[in-house]
Amino acid sequence: MKLTEFEIKSNELIARDVYEMTLEGDASDITRAGQFVNIKTEGLFLRRPISVCDVEGDLLTIVYKVVGKGTQKLSEMREGKLNVLTGLGNGYDLEKAGDSPVLIGGGVGVPPLYLAAKRLGGKCKVLLGFNESADAFYVDKFEALGAQVKVATVDGSLGTKGYVTDLIDFEPSYFYACGPYPMLNAVSKRLNFKGEVSMEERMGCGFGACMGCTIETKSGFRRVCKEGPVFCAEEIIWKN
Amino acid sequence: MEELKVNLCGMTLDNPVIPASGTFGFGYEFNDFYDINALGSIALKGTTKNPRYGNPLPRIAECTEGLINSVGLQNPGVDEVVGTELKKLGKVFFKKAIANVSGFGVEEYQEVAKKFDEQEQIGLIEVNISCPNVHCGGMSFGTDPKSAYEVTKAVKSVCKKPVFVKLTPNVTSVKDIALAVKDGGADGLSLINTLLGMRIDLKTKKPVVANKMGGFSGRAIFPIALRMVYEAYEATGLPIIGVGGIASAEDVIEMMLAGATACEIGAENLVNPYACKEIIEDLPRAMKKFGIKKLSDIIGGAH
Repeated sequence: MKLTEFEIKSNELIARDVYEMTLEGDASDITRAGQFVNIKTEGLFLRRPISVCDVEGDLLTIVYKVVGKGTQKLSEMREGKLNVLTGLGNGYDLEKAGDSPVLIGGGVGVPPLYLAAKRLGGKCKVLLGFNESADAFYVDKFEALGAQVKVATVDGSLGTKGYVTDLIDFEPSYFYACGPYPMLNAVSKRLNFKGEVSMEERMGCGFGACMGCTIETKSGFRRVCKEGPVFCAEEIIWKN
Repeated sequence: MEELKVNLCGMTLDNPVIPASGTFGFGYEFNDFYDINALGSIALKGTTKNPRYGNPLPRIAECTEGLINSVGLQNPGVDEVVGTELKKLGKVFFKKAIANVSGFGVEEYQEVAKKFDEQEQIGLIEVNISCPNVHCGGMSFGTDPKSAYEVTKAVKSVCKKPVFVKLTPNVTSVKDIALAVKDGGADGLSLINTLLGMRIDLKTKKPVVANKMGGFSGRAIFPIALRMVYEAYEATGLPIIGVGGIASAEDVIEMMLAGATACEIGAENLVNPYACKEIIEDLPRAMKKFGIKKLSDIIGGAH
């Protein structure tokens, strides 16, 4: 964990309401895919937690969707400095990947999987789900890593028509998933909970102090921001 | 730094800055950011007899210059706190900490307070009769002078260490509660806890936090906290830990002038984990600017 300043290098619209921002600064505390940063935006009290999409030396890439005031503000910034808490949370354990892992992402859950795919040297299958083709991003970037990529859209405007779970027609050694709760739930059940999921909750501090994001797991109370956001799928008490 | 020292009922603090209960966990995790021995003390997470998960999610809502929380006293229970959390804290923090005791009945407050009172690491007991996020407990003791008196008296009867009672601002007259608590034998007061508040999501048209309402804290509440500390000091003359919206060295000075002997920093820790450290380091500059030689000289100075 580190509180540091990053300089905005670029901030571009890459899909409907989705921006890719590249920041330069001390990213040394980010060690695992699935970790996040917590960004201060002017005029708002709480920081905004955003997952790490990529990190390479001093360059940090985040991909975020405009959903409220904080992300709106962030999307309007073209230059300047950002006050960022980095290296937060517990990421994916890529040691468990095995010989045929699959990464499964839905919507703005896709970004943290990019760093995971990169760290796996592209030796993975990647399944991406979006609502429509206008929402899709990073398909080519995953392909450029050498990963086998398949896409599903709800309206069929890109790839297979349907949900990302419809693309699972194989038995992977292990899975890494990030996306909306119903997707994580469906993926975990389909793949017998043999994998890891990144959970999302509204946070206060983002570093374990306020207990604002605690979930009850099979092994007790766990803070999504501290012990998570990545949990073993079998640890989660799934609803429905 | 003799000029920063204050004496809280026999507990000497190197400086008056204490992270507030519920915004600093059990303290040791902040040692990853800085050496927490820089702090005057630490107010531990509110503790009940039994483990509590707390309220359903979401528990947090953004506000102008603050936030609403409805955590609902999530904690692992007093035995786990004493047996595990205090030990972890003891490895990195070598000063006395402040226990924050909560409950749902007089006997529970008594039992939890007694267990903390027996701990070497604890310097002072803060009795939380002001949590707005639990039903049938917490704040219901802090809004009625008679109940506030009874809880204070019961806790005081089993504790050797100083007992401070943490008051809620959600009352018509904080003076009446403060006086009742003084009658019950309290050694001091902590105030204020959070203000009961609410936000509604315009997209869903429903309350943001699952519990509908929660406690509002942050910079926005500082003037209210200051006013109540001023009133409580005037009414009781008891030592006071001032809490509520403090975010700078100037705020600390202002709160001490109102009557606080020490200050707890709450919401600010959640957006800047270095807040307490930065305030402590900035105090000498602010004191010099306003011609203050010793912080302990200014307590209640505005009266």
